[in-house]
Amino acid sequence: MKTDYEYILRQLPYSEPFLFVDTLENVNDEGVVGHYTFAGDADFYRGHFKDLPVTPGVLLTECCAQIGVVCLGIHLLKEKLSKALKIGLSSAEMQYLKPVYPGEQVRVESEKVYFRFQKLKCKVKLFDTKGDLICSGTISGMFKVDGDEK
Amino acid sequence: MDEKEKYEKLKHIVKIYLPDDVSIGDVNLNSNFTTELNINSANLVDIVLDVEDEFDIRLENEDMDGMQTVKDALAIIDKKQNEKA
Repeated sequence: MKTDYEYILRQLPYSEPFLFVDTLENVNDEGVVGHYTFAGDADFYRGHFKDLPVTPGVLLTECCAQIGVVCLGIHLLKEKLSKALKIGLSSAEMQYLKPVYPGEQVRVESEKVYFRFQKLKCKVKLFDTKGDLICSGTISGMFKVDGDEK
Repeated sequence: MDEKEKYEKLKHIVKIYLPDDVSIGDVNLNSNFTTELNINSANLVDIVLDVEDEFDIRLENEDMDGMQTVKDALAIIDKKQNEKA
């Protein structure tokens, strides 16, 4: 059975060319699983690297942050979410083990460490389609809903 | 636990989150966490969570809002511990 997480995707404050979430497979109060496919014709592959296109590590981190932290934050804030959600990355500590090539699909798994005082801290892992671990780490973000005092 | 001991324990926690250009020697009772010690709001959350563990208390959003200075933090710790006692 496929649950509809469309309401989360609709609230995401990103669009092309900086949206790194395709689908969400599972979302609950403790974590998220989602997917993204890095389009083979994405512009950044022309320059990273000049003769060997590889997905930049910062974009793998961004993908982990969008799926693992932002999507989870939207789920956790649910009814408190009015129109304006302001988010900011507060820290990211990552390790990278394997490259992701153009056109590859990745799967992000995120586990909540805590969500308190508007700060959501998560452990994230990114896998390739074979299930091999590509990168992992800890990412935190701050969530401010319009109407909050601070 | 006397006041001096609480202050030392709090300073020990704060020290972990100080930016590179602020030393623990710059911290006093009147230090403002964000404007003087340059601790950002995300790190202030971590200070609060460490304080909760260290002093076995739980802070709410309004406590966090009222926690501007080191002295404020000590007052909140006292208040929460008294509520529990």
